[in-house]
Amino acid sequence: MTLEIISFVVFALLAIASALLVITAKHPVVSAMSMIFHFFMLAGLYLTLSAQFIAVMQVMVYAGAIMVLVVFAIMLLNLGDEGKLRSGFNFRKLVAWFLGGALAVQIAVLLSNGALSNTAISEKASELGTAQVIGGELFTNYIYPIEIVGILLFAAIVGAIYMAKKNLPTEE
Amino acid sequence: MDSFLYILALAGIKLGIVFTLVLLAAAALVYLERRIAGIIQDRLGPNRTGPFGLLQPFADVTKLLMKEDIVPEAANKKIHGIAPIITLGVAFVVYAVIPFGDYILINGEKIYMGLATAPDINIGILFILAMTSVGIYGITLAGWSSNNKYSLIGGLRSAAQMVSYEIAMGLALVGVVMLTGSFGLSDIVRHQDGWLWNIFTQPLGFIIFLTASFAEMNRTPFDLPEADAELVGGYNTEYSGMKFGMFFLAEYANMATSSAIIALVYLGGWTLPVPAETLGLEDGSVLLGLAQFVTFIVKIFAMTIFIIWVRWSIPRFRYDQLMHLGWKILLPLGLINLVLTAVGIKIFA
Amino acid sequence: MLTDFGIILLFLIISVLFVGAGLVTAALLRPSRPNPVKNSTYECGEHPWGGSWVRFNPRFYVIALVFLVFDVELVLLFPWAVVFKDLGWFAFLAMLVFFAVLVVGLAYDWAKGYLEWDKPSPQTPKLEDLVLPKKIFHKQQKDS
Repeated sequence: MTLEIISFVVFALLAIASALLVITAKHPVVSAMSMIFHFFMLAGLYLTLSAQFIAVMQVMVYAGAIMVLVVFAIMLLNLGDEGKLRSGFNFRKLVAWFLGGALAVQIAVLLSNGALSNTAISEKASELGTAQVIGGELFTNYIYPIEIVGILLFAAIVGAIYMAKKNLPTEE
Repeated sequence: MDSFLYILALAGIKLGIVFTLVLLAAAALVYLERRIAGIIQDRLGPNRTGPFGLLQPFADVTKLLMKEDIVPEAANKKIHGIAPIITLGVAFVVYAVIPFGDYILINGEKIYMGLATAPDINIGILFILAMTSVGIYGITLAGWSSNNKYSLIGGLRSAAQMVSYEIAMGLALVGVVMLTGSFGLSDIVRHQDGWLWNIFTQPLGFIIFLTASFAEMNRTPFDLPEADAELVGGYNTEYSGMKFGMFFLAEYANMATSSAIIALVYLGGWTLPVPAETLGLEDGSVLLGLAQFVTFIVKIFAMTIFIIWVRWSIPRFRYDQLMHLGWKILLPLGLINLVLTAVGIKIFA
Repeated sequence: MLTDFGIILLFLIISVLFVGAGLVTAALLRPSRPNPVKNSTYECGEHPWGGSWVRFNPRFYVIALVFLVFDVELVLLFPWAVVFKDLGWFAFLAMLVFFAVLVVGLAYDWAKGYLEWDKPSPQTPKLEDLVLPKKIFHKQQKDS
């Protein structure tokens, strides 16, 4: 048990630190790299919950695929240092502060209700975290959501291509 | 027996062994590559440093250590320095889930021959796929941070090529996972015991995986990221001294990794060619463990020699051909392989 | 289970330390004699023309987009594959439908030409395009 708590604290602190670095770093590439590091720390947090499949998926999809997209965007666009950009997005700042505040209130309410006080990991957790259990559940009880996800992904392909179309030089 | 110190000591010993193995393998591969290239090109290759030139890799490392480290003025120096560390770190960490044998019984306790290959970690293959996808960053950042046009093109090419082939690679592995019902590499190997190698049951998957492996390693015929004829040195144009050495080492470490994975997933891994009982070896004995280890190493070396052979025999693809092969040939083939495997399992099992 | 992953973490830390140690050793041993020409960006010996941090071909970005979608589909295939043998025909057929959607997505990309990369169109020189006047050319042919 102690090992779980120690690793939780370490991963959580590093996750917060890297998340702060994401928004404070001057250079977008440094931001992207701290975000990758942050995703690794999240994977570590999943591991402390015995969810090894989710942890690896976290690294594979977020750190391995989504961040490739972000890094490509940074490298292909080369907007340079953030300092060079105009920092006059007051409306966005307002929305960001509002959303952040809402999240803080939510967490405060949850904490005061004692909803998060039961932190003990279930005995079954280490069994539930394996891919076998997840697969068994997904493809028996949750088969229709999976189909809908498939269609959603198809929509994503078409949508992504449509968005990217404007940027591509037309053939001949 | 289950104390923290015991676990730590065991982990320490395993870490030491695996680390030494990886470094030795990389050194051996550097030597092999140069000698085999020599033979194929009808020349001798390095043969002066030590007997048969065996000390050549160590001479290379000494030379690289003594070389000046040149970082271009225009580069992003921090990221330029971090990139080789990422590349090599990722190349090493994959070995954590590779089983070098089954297990050895010492004082009635099962000791698994691998760093994290105990049965309760059953995500071996996924871990490798995840690490391969993270390995993209090392090369991409190296190319970008150098602020050199060749490097940038090399880095971007490498990233696009690796993501393109990762899908085909994953699809090929899905077929194997379907047969085995587990992601654990040890389980996959045990499933192939008695010459039931996956290369026979998944021949199409094997070809897809092999091709994708070449692309993931950035080796000929897919070495577009460092195509010396057009990109000078690709992403490592602006690297010199030990930083270049790190990329060099990572390339050979990756080659050993890929060979090990192919051997484990498709060539029966550490399963012995004859049943252990015929040889009179007890289950869990040290001798059996050693025999499995030797079998595995032999398979890895056979595979690496094949990879080197291909490098010195086949010319480089063009980039559009590479993308065509990845998306329009390997990906559909992977899907076909998957459906065939699924139907096959449903009919025969 | 956590201890096993701890070992992986330990291995990662040790390999990073090893790389760091290698770089530090090199830093102690190697000479350092920089000069402006040596430290300039390599461009085949010419003075570098501008930086390389410019806007680049967005085709790479499209590839990454398509990859992301297929990666997510792959991630959904893995838990299916691992329990495949225990599942009935219904789950099998349901997955075939999922699969078909995936294939349609691929076919869409293919048909729209987004998997296409620019191909070189090599120009084979013809006899008429030769710089040499024909008379000299034929004379040369005769001589050789």
